[in-house]
Amino acid sequence: MLVSLSILLLLAGAVFFLAGTLGLLRFPDVYTRLHALTKADNLGLGLIVLGLMLQADSLAAAGKLLFIWLLLLAASATAGQLVASWAQGKGIKPWRG
Amino acid sequence: MNSVLVFALAGVGLILLGLHALLVQRHLLRKVLAFNVISSGIFLILAGLARRAPGAEPDPVPQAMVLTGIVVAVAATALALAMIQALRTATGRTRLDDDGED
Amino acid sequence: MAWLNLLPLAIDLVLALTLLWLAWRALSSPDLFRAVVLFIALGLVLGLVWVRLDAVDIALAEIALGAGVTGALLLAALAKLQPGATDSAEPASAAEFAAALEGDPDTPRPALAERAATGTAPIALGSTLDERPVGAAAGTAPIALRWLIALLLIPPCIGLGLVVWRLWVPAPGLTDLVAARLDESGVTYPVTAVLLNFRGYDTLLELAVLLLALIGVWSLSPAPHLDDAEPEPALAALSRLLAPLMILVAAYLVWIGAQAPGGAFQAGSVLGAAGVLLRLSGWRLSPRATGWPLRLALVLGVAVFAFIGLAVIGLGQPLLGYPAGWAKPAILAIELAATLSIGTILAALFIGGRP
Repeated sequence: MLVSLSILLLLAGAVFFLAGTLGLLRFPDVYTRLHALTKADNLGLGLIVLGLMLQADSLAAAGKLLFIWLLLLAASATAGQLVASWAQGKGIKPWRG
Repeated sequence: MNSVLVFALAGVGLILLGLHALLVQRHLLRKVLAFNVISSGIFLILAGLARRAPGAEPDPVPQAMVLTGIVVAVAATALALAMIQALRTATGRTRLDDDGED
Repeated sequence: MAWLNLLPLAIDLVLALTLLWLAWRALSSPDLFRAVVLFIALGLVLGLVWVRLDAVDIALAEIALGAGVTGALLLAALAKLQPGATDSAEPASAAEFAAALEGDPDTPRPALAERAATGTAPIALGSTLDERPVGAAAGTAPIALRWLIALLLIPPCIGLGLVVWRLWVPAPGLTDLVAARLDESGVTYPVTAVLLNFRGYDTLLELAVLLLALIGVWSLSPAPHLDDAEPEPALAALSRLLAPLMILVAAYLVWIGAQAPGGAFQAGSVLGAAGVLLRLSGWRLSPRATGWPLRLALVLGVAVFAFIGLAVIGLGQPLLGYPAGWAKPAILAIELAATLSIGTILAALFIGGRP
């Protein structure tokens, strides 16, 4: 039962990653692509980590997996902010549809 | 076909791509990239060899060799990049003397 | 559902094809920045391949060193090679780094060096950092020569492929030999035992090669001028969060290396990455610390390893032959010293000049 739930979460995470990659390829400018990358990918990673935590060997291993997700949240948030402010400084205007 | 063999053959492919780029590309930074790709190909072959052992345990000696190789490749890349920078400050070019103009 | 058995093979095939495609695109891309970013992506996929090959230590080292540190070195070199940056002092702080990357040394810009390192680098962001447009047509050899070289290279590679194919018979290699003597080695993980005990000579020389590369880099140029511009606040905050954590992770990796994938090189590369992060966020070593403390940290790995290796001769053992029962403390001492040295050397290689 736990395994099927974990498989479901892993698949859901993969769907979010697919959505994020689709956004990376199809969105019109830097800022929208950043949305796709940081939000969708991190959510996908969170779901994958949750799915893996259900199959972890021990509480310590599950804690380490959660830790990986939190670290990646911090890193990608910072990276997103840096890229966005660099793009703004470079004068890239947000896409107005 | 074993999946490990797939990776070893991919290593051969990487060596082919890297060698071609090393010989054909003129910009020195691209040659450094090509050298790194060749090393990755060689490591793939070595690590694939490590998995020939029957049973679940891979052979640790080729794996240790690949680990050593990765570190040495990083050191060589750093030195190569510093030399490219020195060449650039000295002569203003990023290509070797006998490679085309400029 | 017999096709399910083929699923791992299919995944491996997809991974291998991705490797080849990424390598081809990285090597043939006309834009140098794109080539470097694709190369970093290649390193990350290669890390996945190492995990598929049951070589977790190599995966750790590849992602930390091959994709991370090499990627940072390449991006830093790319910044210094841009046309606008040759006459002024090389960019050292994150702001100048990004400014040089877009070729305009006057206006301070925020840093972008972190994005490749965190793996969320949007390749399609469309940065166009070509090298000088003059002579772009002569970027590679003429077409005829390219095809000729490709044709000449195919037979040796077919030969290599055939050799690899023929070598594909199950052969125990040295697994049994290592497993039989694992108890005397002082650790319980075979790869660490091979690295630091059975093939300790290779590791000693590898540390020496790292140090030699650093001496080479130092002899080529002085360190770039340090700029006291305000570091990017988000990056500074991240570095305050991450740097202590990375030191902790490095200590954990060294300790766990005795029984699980880990060890001195992976830990040292995490320390080196922490050094790169600190450098990019504006942290500077005080001038007093760049004197003998820095140099001591750099040579400590080789020194401790060589000292232990030679001292055992006095105890009647061959070179690097740890006496019975002393293997574990000796390996621990060597690993700790080596971790510190490798981290310092990698960070110093990134800085790229003598202090």
